[in-house]
Amino acid sequence: MMSDDIILSTENLTKEFAGFTAVNGIDLKVRRGTIHALIGPNGAGKTTFFNLLSKFLSPTRGRIMFKGRDITAMAPADVARRGLVRSFQISAVFPHMSVLENVRIALQRSRGSSFDFWRSASALNRFNARAMQLIDDVGLTSFADCAAVELPYGRKRALEIATTLALEPEMLLLDEPTAGMGHEDIERIAQLIKRVAVERTVLMVEHNLSVVADLSDHITVLTRGQVLAEGDYAAVSNNADVREAYMGVGHD
Amino acid sequence: MEQRLSDPAADPHALQRSTLRGNAESIGFAIMVAALVVTPFFTYPLFLMQAMCFALFACAFNLLIGYVGLLSFGHALYFGWASYLSAYAAKAWGFTPELAILTGTATAALCGLVAGLLAIRRQGIYFAMITLALAQMMYFFALQAKFTGGEDGIQAVPRGHLFGVIDLRNEAAMYVVVLVIFLAGFLFIHRVVNSPFGEVLKAIRENETRAISLGYRTDRYKLIAFVLSATLAGVAGATKAIVLQLASLTDVNWPMSGEVVLMTLVGGLGTIFGPVVGSFVILVMQFKLAAMGEWVLVIQGVIFVACVLLFRRGVIGEIANWLRIRL
Repeated sequence: MMSDDIILSTENLTKEFAGFTAVNGIDLKVRRGTIHALIGPNGAGKTTFFNLLSKFLSPTRGRIMFKGRDITAMAPADVARRGLVRSFQISAVFPHMSVLENVRIALQRSRGSSFDFWRSASALNRFNARAMQLIDDVGLTSFADCAAVELPYGRKRALEIATTLALEPEMLLLDEPTAGMGHEDIERIAQLIKRVAVERTVLMVEHNLSVVADLSDHITVLTRGQVLAEGDYAAVSNNADVREAYMGVGHD
Repeated sequence: MEQRLSDPAADPHALQRSTLRGNAESIGFAIMVAALVVTPFFTYPLFLMQAMCFALFACAFNLLIGYVGLLSFGHALYFGWASYLSAYAAKAWGFTPELAILTGTATAALCGLVAGLLAIRRQGIYFAMITLALAQMMYFFALQAKFTGGEDGIQAVPRGHLFGVIDLRNEAAMYVVVLVIFLAGFLFIHRVVNSPFGEVLKAIRENETRAISLGYRTDRYKLIAFVLSATLAGVAGATKAIVLQLASLTDVNWPMSGEVVLMTLVGGLGTIFGPVVGSFVILVMQFKLAAMGEWVLVIQGVIFVACVLLFRRGVIGEIANWLRIRL
């Protein structure tokens, strides 16, 4: 495998909280254009690892490389600007702004005019067409004028993805995209992820193993802050260590 | 996260009624202008001019707390120091009033930039404390410095001739100047709030973490809002020094910072008209109750408590909520 194929990698990434090592020397390589899933039991350090990647936490040790550049010391906003954009476990929308306004905020950032305090907000209407396209892509057209807070949970996640895609990121970090969702919503979000991953790289933390089996090209299993196993779904699900860590749970 | 005292944007149907909302704001603005044009014929113009200066000060403060969610507890710094520099420029350097006001405003902008750079990364109560500490530092500087006149302040500031032509000792001319400055400041704040930049501020207030994850360097936006707020507070203070021909320690001391919080809260945080109404209410009250001496403070305290407990949205906020419009 050529090293150019690796879009994101970590070397010996470690995060220690007082007396507790949440992430312990993880070496991870994510290949460009794949859907890479990160699984593991509760407390395995998945979310901490995510926060390290998106720079919302600073690592105690180790290095993070994105597109061949060391981003270990970069500010979170700047990491996003380089094309690595994350979603959150708790759905992250701007609650009292409409669906359209939510998406426009992202478009506004990537296309300028964010500092214009002397212009009318109607200047933002030029983003409406593109915003509606993105909203349509995630099936929210009929909700465009609703305040985000009024959307049902699954739709909020869809809105979050539309907002994230507005930045046209090269790589998405999705933190439990289907957590807390009903069956129907899970199906819709899984399809959506599959669709958006066509031109992009996706790294996601996910608990729902059928979603993982369905979507991911590559799986990394974490326990106690360390990599337990790696490989495709078949390889990982047949791994004895993994079976033990999960105590048989979640395997068909 | 940030200090959130109220939630003016929490109106789910706001968008469908955007036309009505725009109209309500226009009608409110027309009423306000009409009132400010008519009232000087019935009451003391000097009182009204002073009230407009405070109203602009409160609007500037509201830009920060109402639309960004940042509680500055040191806004007297910008108001007071702008008034000192404006008064000094007019008196000692013989500046024309417009240049004196500009000098005061520039001072406030500079102070705002320095204080903002130091405070903006802090959240909630720490932000309030740092702004307060910096303001108190500058209060003691005002107390000690020679040119501020210490306890005496700068008195007998000449109003001068606007652009070297219009004599502002004429009360009517002065009134028109103050009215124009107030309305310009008010409309400017309205524009900032309803601009692409204002939209980002709203997003930051709603969910700062998410704004960061979308690539917004939120500190820069907050800093710009802070400097704009300080600058406009400066316009208000600098104008007041010319109107009242006085700059004193009262304007730069911490009770002034508290007063502007009270005015904004009484009128309605995060409403465009609230701070105007709030400052008029407080000033009228102080004026009417002046004979009662220290009791004014007690009554103010009671109003403050009542507002926080019963009318959390403030006068305008409650009306807007009741009529289901945005004001």
